[in-house]
Amino acid sequence: MNIIIVGGGKVGMTLAAQLNGENHEITLIDTDAKHVDAAVNSMDIQGIVGNGTSYRTQLDAGIENADLLIAVTDTDETSLLSCLIAKKAGDCHTIARVRDPEHYNEIEFIKEELGLSMAINPEIAAAANIYNLIQVPSALDVDSFAKGRVNLLRLEIPHGSVLDGMHLSEIERVAKIQLLVCIVESEGDIIIPNGDTVLRAGDRISVILPISELRSVLNKIGIRARPIKNVMIAGGGNISYYLAKMLVKSGIEVKILELSHQRCEELSVLVPEALIINGDASDQQLLMEEGLMGTDALVSLTSIDEENILLSLYANKVSAAKCITKISKIAFEEVVRELPIGAVICPKTITAQMISSYVRSMQNSMGSNVETMYKMMDGRVEALEFKVSENAKGDFLGVPLSNLNLKPDILICSIIRGKKITIPRGRDIIKGGDTVIVVTTKTGLNDLSDIFA
Amino acid sequence: MNYGIIRYIIARVIFIEAAAMLLPWIVSLFYNERCGIIFLLCAVIGMAAGYFWARKKPANTSFFAREGFAMVALSWIVISLIGAVPFVISGVIANPIDALFEIVSGFTTTGSSILTDVEALPKCMLFWRSFSHWIGGMGVLVFVLAVLPMAGGQNIYLMKAESTGPSVGKLVPKVQKTAMYLYAIYTALTLSHLVLLIIGKVPLFDAFCLSFGTAGTGGFGVLGDSFASYSPFAQNSTTIFMLLFGINFNFYFYLISRRYKNALAMEDVRWYFIIYIVVSAIITLNLLSAGSFVSLREVLFQTSSIMTSTGFASADFNLWPSLSRALMVMIMFTGACAGSTGGGMKVSRFVIYVKTVAKELRQLAHPRSVKLLKMDGKPIEHEVIRIVNVYLCAFVFVFAASFGLILLDGFDLTTSFTAVAATLNNIGPGLNIVGPTGNFADFSALSKLVFIFDMLAGRLEIFPMLLIFNPGTWRKRG
Repeated sequence: MNIIIVGGGKVGMTLAAQLNGENHEITLIDTDAKHVDAAVNSMDIQGIVGNGTSYRTQLDAGIENADLLIAVTDTDETSLLSCLIAKKAGDCHTIARVRDPEHYNEIEFIKEELGLSMAINPEIAAAANIYNLIQVPSALDVDSFAKGRVNLLRLEIPHGSVLDGMHLSEIERVAKIQLLVCIVESEGDIIIPNGDTVLRAGDRISVILPISELRSVLNKIGIRARPIKNVMIAGGGNISYYLAKMLVKSGIEVKILELSHQRCEELSVLVPEALIINGDASDQQLLMEEGLMGTDALVSLTSIDEENILLSLYANKVSAAKCITKISKIAFEEVVRELPIGAVICPKTITAQMISSYVRSMQNSMGSNVETMYKMMDGRVEALEFKVSENAKGDFLGVPLSNLNLKPDILICSIIRGKKITIPRGRDIIKGGDTVIVVTTKTGLNDLSDIFA
Repeated sequence: MNYGIIRYIIARVIFIEAAAMLLPWIVSLFYNERCGIIFLLCAVIGMAAGYFWARKKPANTSFFAREGFAMVALSWIVISLIGAVPFVISGVIANPIDALFEIVSGFTTTGSSILTDVEALPKCMLFWRSFSHWIGGMGVLVFVLAVLPMAGGQNIYLMKAESTGPSVGKLVPKVQKTAMYLYAIYTALTLSHLVLLIIGKVPLFDAFCLSFGTAGTGGFGVLGDSFASYSPFAQNSTTIFMLLFGINFNFYFYLISRRYKNALAMEDVRWYFIIYIVVSAIITLNLLSAGSFVSLREVLFQTSSIMTSTGFASADFNLWPSLSRALMVMIMFTGACAGSTGGGMKVSRFVIYVKTVAKELRQLAHPRSVKLLKMDGKPIEHEVIRIVNVYLCAFVFVFAASFGLILLDGFDLTTSFTAVAATLNNIGPGLNIVGPTGNFADFSALSKLVFIFDMLAGRLEIFPMLLIFNPGTWRKRG
């Protein structure tokens, strides 16, 4: 597809790299020639220096032949105006990043009037992601597929777990646990496992299991599963606000630590149910006083990455709280991943991820059969949702999976038929009308038939 | 320095050049020339070597500006060395330096020759000489980019190093597609010219060779008198096509994608035509007053040939009055448009120079005035202006050094000066001894080596060639 990206900031660059890797034709518009130069010299894309809200610039970027314009500029107004002009000039799909809560509250109206295909608020997206994490105890990461019906949980095998040293094929028989391991991360390697893969303590595994059995399964594995009843949030920015709203709604006690008195007052009006504390989140004494030891989860959301990391490190040391750390600028990732700071959230990556999965789903209507696509583990793994059409023909249909030959590094992790979600076993079959979810380290799969050898 | 990727790309280039050698072999079959077998031999050996050398893909395929520039410079040296082999083996041009000079002149689309009697050459050798113009005109690496799927965005550096002009942009987001478009336009124009030449009653073999020469703005002819004995129609169509190949190829892309406004806004194309018309008019008046005017066709052909750096000749401008000859030397330097197959310093650079000087004058009158220079209606980046200015310095240095070395041969000033100008600007003929009817045969081996360097430096726009002499380029990255 021809895609124009307005704004060459971090999200714009991440998107350009990701979409270019998926073989789309990218044109990047930015007012700063330095940004454009850097982008063009490092990626196979075209760059235009100019204002994305200008009709002429958009013409230069080829808006007339574009399929999609993504506006991720500094300000909402610029992004929205770019989208409006693109819609009128090129009649293409448009996606805007909209940050300001005032705009976002009226987003339905704005979307309708400007003909936006998608408006994304990075803060809300991040808050929703954190909320998911808090809901599922101890899982490091949750990805939802099939409109939230299937959850992929990423968790670490603790020392002394029954799973340590076990072959995947034995899990069900020996440990009496029903779960499907989709991805194994072991010492930096990412593998799509098969029955012979052996699990080790310290490995991170991504599993699919019914939420109803979540707690008992986690207990069997040896992960302490205690529902989270109270959460401490360090920093009172927008993400904190959205998160607090969500948590309060589901009956979880929220405590927000914020440095600025004025912001505290605002928050106390916005989220009256939460306890707002005016103070420095890096003040050890204050943390103790406010009960860091007794809190179930600590979410570090201050504006300074280093402070968030230190805070989570400290909480991990002194308390049993589940930690979630926001990092805005992912650098030195190899180091950060090894720190005991719990789950890491990066709003910019989340935004880029959501947009690129929209692009994928848009492309489906233009050829491939991928319903949605999720990039996980920094894009090294993809989970793809394929829709098999009712009257599809293919020699893989109706054949028990055990008789089918999958390509290496591919795993079918769910088959959804109507409302029923099956975690597939050897005797299950794929029928027309099913939705099939596949996990793979390969990229560029476009059709379900691509997965069979 | 990533040596692995350099080896890989050069192997690919060798493969493609060897494959191109099959064409002269086919030509030799038509004319029953026994020396054609040399091309088959070179092609087979070259393709095998290229294939095996490129079989192992380097583990690290990422490269940066300096690898890009070094790769381009080395590729051009390598293709020249290989391209000279058939001349030497067949004994047509037995002296290796002469053979190298001839083929470098071909690939760099210069068109200067050391041959005293062109017509004595076997047809397959003549074809290879002219075909090298066509290969070199758009660039070998651009061709590699068009046919070879390469991951990573860094290959824009290859295109930047090989394409002409101060700022190289892509036509479409992907390098590969851009390269394919460029070659498609190039091929289509070449074929149109070929058809016109055949209509103009040019023999088929000559028509092929001449259209290659026109397309690459090279200038190797197949007859001793270059173009004088072809029909007026063939001459006029060549005048037009030389001009067309001197236009920025973006212009054609804009026309094809029906962005006429962008096409018309291109300042260098506009100035290119203005300079052409003004110079032709002055020369016509000058010839008229001197009483040596023959026909307008003759004037238009020579100016078009020299300005686009082609170097065909239908008349000996060496016999023209001084004013006309001086003008011819001046348009050698302005050259054609950026982004074309033409040589010279490029019109767009001169437009920037004039604007910079005008701005400096205004700055003297109003020291605090602020004004961004614009080109095609858009502000020019300071970076671009800086590079364009430095280019002028480098050009002058290389020119002066070459001039000095050539003077050691003891030829007169005009000959020496225009010989350097003709090679560094990739024109072909100069004045006096190296004029349209003369050749470069009498220069010493050292001078020929200097010319070889100048032609390569001119085609690659100086910096890639200078860069390979910089020791820092070859150091491993820590």
